Amino acid sequence: MNGVHDMGGMDGFGKVEPELNEPMFHAEWEARVLAMVRAMGAAGAFNIDTSRFYREMLPPHVYLSSSYYRKWLLGLEDLLIDKGYVAAGEVAAGHAVEAAKPLKHGKFRLDDVERIMVRGKFGRAAPAAAKFKPGDHVRTKNIHPATHTRLPRYVRGHVGVVERDHGCQVFPDSAATESGENPQWLYTVVFDGAELWGPDADPTVKISIDAFEPYLEAA
Amino acid sequence: MTGHDHDHHDHDHSELSETELRVRALETVLTEKGYVDPAALDAIIQAYETKIGPHNGAQVVAKAWSDPAFKQSLLDDATKAVSTLGHVSRVGDHLVAVENTPQRHNMVVCTLCSCYPWEMLGLPPVWYKAAPYRSRAVKDPRGVLADFGVSLPKDTEIRVWDSTAETRFLVLPMRPEGTEGWSEQQLAELVTRDSMIGTGFPKTPGA
Repeated sequence: MNGVHDMGGMDGFGKVEPELNEPMFHAEWEARVLAMVRAMGAAGAFNIDTSRFYREMLPPHVYLSSSYYRKWLLGLEDLLIDKGYVAAGEVAAGHAVEAAKPLKHGKFRLDDVERIMVRGKFGRAAPAAAKFKPGDHVRTKNIHPATHTRLPRYVRGHVGVVERDHGCQVFPDSAATESGENPQWLYTVVFDGAELWGPDADPTVKISIDAFEPYLEAA
Repeated sequence: MTGHDHDHHDHDHSELSETELRVRALETVLTEKGYVDPAALDAIIQAYETKIGPHNGAQVVAKAWSDPAFKQSLLDDATKAVSTLGHVSRVGDHLVAVENTPQRHNMVVCTLCSCYPWEMLGLPPVWYKAAPYRSRAVKDPRGVLADFGVSLPKDTEIRVWDSTAETRFLVLPMRPEGTEGWSEQQLAELVTRDSMIGTGFPKTPGA
């Protein structure tokens, strides 16, 4: 979706402001939100792409004015309500009223923690041969899916070169809407700065994205 | 946490913010419905606080600086190379290490959200997840580097890696001069988090 989360190339957000000796969390609730998202995801309430999609669907003014973990909280609430795991009234009241909906992997328990600290695997068997190989020139499609996509706006319609082949992986555009993993080939595609930003671009800059095959056509 | 633009003379920490109340409410509901064990949430937080962090990445970088064969295997297949190190084995399948050279500087961003190599660097800092970095890193990386007080020679190529899939990128910075004969442990002390994102350099000996 063409949301405000898709920030590459936007102007006006000001300087980057690193914080010296930044703590891991700025408040205890941030840690609780992180833990709830990880736990409910691991219990099977949603996949990582769906959780990203729900944060993207926050109204633009909310997205831009909320801290990172506040966005995680709001996205988690919306997601759990939409999928029927909690009712809006329960969240508002702070107590369970309705019966629980069974979770795919069951309740998240202490002995599940070790499992989630190992990163997930996204590689899948290839349903078809790869269309592209390193060195190929490709153009990113001029597409504007209304749902989740990992093709940023700033590269759409531009020509780049395939640099790496990462094999076949879960396709976020499908997974986010719970339409299946629909594995697709994934490539690193590199663009010259001028291709993306025009003749005034810094000539020393190159930018790459990781692009799924459905985002690309031969150029 | 600092700006006090209200007139509370005595800041009362028992007064919970709207966000804190909402977080407690949600956790209570999830617990009462039997979806999560709160002790398991505590354990997740503890694991993030103790097991991951930039020290993992620093060990990998220091080993690459010390051991040419490891460095080559790291650049060929970072997932495989890192999995040979017993102490950092949580990296998953999709790690890529990219090498800084005098000709080329690498910088990592996630313009769409906040993708970051947690297992190597810990949880990302706020600036990495915030709009100024995400918007400008791909268009004006030299300007962003200037915000960090970093400048590169005019003709150095800058390669920005936008983490748009599950691939995670670790920058292998250049080994500082004056570190001949240093142990891996000594070298690891010089490796900063930002040097592995590409927004900084390693510390220099004696600095």
